[in-house]
Amino acid sequence: MDQNKHSEHHHVTGYGVYILVWLGLIALTSITVTVAGIDFGMVALAVAMTIAAIKSALVINIFMHIKFDQPIFKVFLLVSGFTLIVIFVLTFFDFTYR
Amino acid sequence: MANGTVAVSEKTFYEESTNKYSGILSWLLTTDHKRIGLLYLYTIGGFFLVGVVLGLLMRLELIAPGETIVDAQTYNSLFTLHGVIMIFLFIVPGLPAIFGNFFLPIQLGTNDVAFPRLNLLSWYVYIIGAVLVLISLVLPGGPIDTGWTFYIPYSVRTSTNVSLAIFAAFVLGFSSILTGLNFITTVHRMRAPGMGFFRMPLFIWSLYATAWIQVIATPVIGITILLVILERTFGVGIFDPALGGDPILYQHMFWIYSHPAVYIMILPAMGVVSEILPTFARRTIFGYKAIAYSSLAIAFVGYLVWAHHMFTSGISDTARWIFSLLTFIVALPSGVKVFNWVATLYKGSIDPKPPLLWVLSFIFLFSIGGLTGLVVGSLATDIHLHDTYFVVAHFHYVMFGGTGTIFIAGLYYWFPKMFGRMYNIKWANIAAALYFIAFNMLYFPKFILGYMGMPRRYFDYLPEFTTLQEISTVGSWLMAITIIIIVTNLIHAGLKGKKASANPWGGVTLEWQTTSPPPLHNFNRHVEVNHEPYDFSQLKELEYDSK
Repeated sequence: MDQNKHSEHHHVTGYGVYILVWLGLIALTSITVTVAGIDFGMVALAVAMTIAAIKSALVINIFMHIKFDQPIFKVFLLVSGFTLIVIFVLTFFDFTYR
Repeated sequence: MANGTVAVSEKTFYEESTNKYSGILSWLLTTDHKRIGLLYLYTIGGFFLVGVVLGLLMRLELIAPGETIVDAQTYNSLFTLHGVIMIFLFIVPGLPAIFGNFFLPIQLGTNDVAFPRLNLLSWYVYIIGAVLVLISLVLPGGPIDTGWTFYIPYSVRTSTNVSLAIFAAFVLGFSSILTGLNFITTVHRMRAPGMGFFRMPLFIWSLYATAWIQVIATPVIGITILLVILERTFGVGIFDPALGGDPILYQHMFWIYSHPAVYIMILPAMGVVSEILPTFARRTIFGYKAIAYSSLAIAFVGYLVWAHHMFTSGISDTARWIFSLLTFIVALPSGVKVFNWVATLYKGSIDPKPPLLWVLSFIFLFSIGGLTGLVVGSLATDIHLHDTYFVVAHFHYVMFGGTGTIFIAGLYYWFPKMFGRMYNIKWANIAAALYFIAFNMLYFPKFILGYMGMPRRYFDYLPEFTTLQEISTVGSWLMAITIIIIVTNLIHAGLKGKKASANPWGGVTLEWQTTSPPPLHNFNRHVEVNHEPYDFSQLKELEYDSK
């Protein structure tokens, strides 16, 4: 009975979705490489970081199954992600105005 | 707090093992959180004593101007090793690994942590890290001499064994992360029936907040250390300006971990204080939720202030005033705790046993440490005081006066439960009084020396500093005597002390509702929680004889 209960919560993702996400990740990587060749100045970093964040979100949600898991894990991830953003922003108060 | 009466245990966890082995193997392969806590106690306690000896040697060198017992290079290694051992091997793992391991599952009313094998692995990883530190001392090149902060560019250019020593810190970080993961999972998954988050003892709250810092902040120092090793080995220009790197970036990355690490060190101590005070004031803690939330607030705000270590390093003016402003915010949750502790004592039925005396010392010493933190957190005053003895005095008041004092308070509080024996109360009281005098003799002169301009990390000084340096050195001898008294008293008690009852202090949290020492699975009954954590109305139901 416990096993049945467990399987009710178990989400199965189709191969199609995985392949689609994989292609998406490759496309985003190509964009990162292309953008790196163009001189955007300070914006280049922001663009690269944004693309990296989207890729992370895809991997974490789909490949690592967080999207289908209990909300508490999302909270844990958001706390960690938020801390990272705060650290980046505070560090740039030094680098930007030095 | 729990239903049913405490049954007399047949066997304690000393007599029953989680594995089939006996003797030393039953300890080295144990997955029992209590035994692992004790393994940590013996190893961490050993390294603490090594750190103390190094500190005493430094103080002896400083008894007079000029070279006294060691040369400048040896002195550089002494203060580096004193820092590395005290920070990475004693104070960061100290309270969570020893008391956290032993008491977190018991206070939650469960039989072990969520991942017992991972718990044992954490201890082995700690030991590997410690052995690497020791190996770095004897290999050609000599002991590391950079200071415990390993600042670039010196740490890239010195020929001492920097790579191995910092790799040891990297390995120790893993131990810290694994313990943190274990505690977070245990708190979420393994609380006894009836124990909601707001029925958890405050020590658990502090360990929970600490565990989050361990998990989120420690990887940053790991990455930083690997980058320094890369730079030393392959000459990659990340931090060294001669190679096109940015040395201030190193300081940012170092302190992004190391400032939150200060809260890894102090938060569990604050948790122990919140356990001891209600027990010896015989009343519930004042402001339970405020203390619980302030632990989380300190853990979070601790991430926002790291660059106050870097005011004179050349960071931008904008960053300097922002970080100075943010630093003052940490004082708020810390102040919430101190006021709630003092309010807990108000109109309590005070029982001045040794653990309480140490906590009272803590409140005094930690307040001095905290308030002088505001002096160096202020941008203008820090320019004058940076890298002077004032900073040395400040962090010793916070780290040793705070966490170190509570390490001993925790030992005195939980010793009867851990070992089932009672120490000599009279000698414990004498040690508490001596400690308070020795501590202030040893460290208070450093505030004045720092204000007068004595720089830190110098093995020599101007003649006008002699008197204060001498007072400090004599204080270090008194401190050594105090530590000898404490250790002797506890070892004697462990071997020959009187048998301790299940509840010698009249505590009401779950660890006082099982035998001393506890059985292998912590409780000989089903635990269900139906009281607030510090509800002393249940004391008459528990086995407590106030005589």
